Amino acid sequence: MRTINIRVNGKLVSRAVEDRLSLADFLRDHCLLTGTHVGCEHGVCGACTLFMDGKPIRSCITLAVAADQSHVRTVEGYQGDPLMQAIRTAFNHRHALQCGFCTPGMLATAYDMLSRIADLDRDRIRAELSGNLCRCTGYLSIIQAIEDVHAKHVATAASPLSS
Amino acid sequence: MKPVQLSYERPDALRGALEALRQSSSNARVIAGGQSLGPMLNFRLAQPKRLIDVSRIEALRTAAMEGQTLAIGACVTHARIEDGDIPDVTLGLMRHVARGIAYRAVRNRGTIGGSLAHADPAADWLVTMIALDASVRLQSAAGIRELKVADFVIGPLNTQLAETEVITHVLVPRLAASGRWGHAKYAKKPGDFAETAAIAIFDAERGVARVAFGRRDEPPALMQRTSNQLGGAHGRQRGNLKAAVESDLRDLSAKPVDLMLHRAIVMRALQDMVS
Repeated sequence: MRTINIRVNGKLVSRAVEDRLSLADFLRDHCLLTGTHVGCEHGVCGACTLFMDGKPIRSCITLAVAADQSHVRTVEGYQGDPLMQAIRTAFNHRHALQCGFCTPGMLATAYDMLSRIADLDRDRIRAELSGNLCRCTGYLSIIQAIEDVHAKHVATAASPLSS
Repeated sequence: MKPVQLSYERPDALRGALEALRQSSSNARVIAGGQSLGPMLNFRLAQPKRLIDVSRIEALRTAAMEGQTLAIGACVTHARIEDGDIPDVTLGLMRHVARGIAYRAVRNRGTIGGSLAHADPAADWLVTMIALDASVRLQSAAGIRELKVADFVIGPLNTQLAETEVITHVLVPRLAASGRWGHAKYAKKPGDFAETAAIAIFDAERGVARVAFGRRDEPPALMQRTSNQLGGAHGRQRGNLKAAVESDLRDLSAKPVDLMLHRAIVMRALQDMVS
């Protein structure tokens, strides 16, 4: 056991945990933030993807003790974030989820690519999305949702009225 | 799908990590990003008593020129290489390869040293570093040694790394500006491990002609006859090059269907180099 201090969605959480506990299980079982989903538990399915220190990571193969002193942002931590709001609206319009199990990871990966990559096109979106598995949608609606947000993003950035 | 009971420590300095390794010998494992070891812990394929996390050791997170060689700290992540966060001495080859490793969420944690220490034969850095004739610098409490990556790897998931050693740096020689490289990889989906991968490098100024080839079941190796032919023919006599590739492939014990795949990928890498 060891005590870790992690800032989760802006709030400092201090807890004694087993060294072998994964970050995903820490968030779900100790912080009761069950929006982070655990699928394959070996870093393949992408459902547990969340942001740690501003970057997407796999929380099922990251130990909670390795996240000590870091900032973690889960799917519950985006209140008032305009980019995430736009992504959620687009997912809604495009029916980019059915069962919703993969969605927290999909949203994190979408958020990362939309904020990191300026020249997103369909091929790049597909490649960036290849680490997140979805067994419902067949991916097309997810890709279209991300395209919608990117198009709006580019239009807003290019418009002289927006500045 | 949970690791065995273990104890975890994260020393701030290399000395602390080496001392911990010296004391604990065979029941300790070094961890950095944990992108290979993490799944093995969850599956209990690895059952260490002690994990020593080297990922926060500042000296292992930087890259600096040592003469004509770039010494890359073992804990530099794939994502930082992808983003051009370290000096480019390979004319863009390493950035190109980094972008094809797994997925961004994995690249954000996975490290170049960790990948080489894990030594999955199908991993991207292994074949790349053998093609580049790179070395690894290993350190223990007893001292420092350097090995060519081709000698460092002795089998699938098996290296010369002693239980008390860590990889501190990956040493990549600089390619001349006139050098060229080609890369081809076949994987079943983007980001997956390669079924087959090949890298060709031709640097006339430094007299380097190397073609390395990797697959799932055996560690990557230099294609000796192909490399010799490439060096001698300045990459122009394609007919002879093809014969050399055939000759190198004949030495492999591979199923006919895999041989076809290997041949296609090696030829694509050579084509990519001249195009």
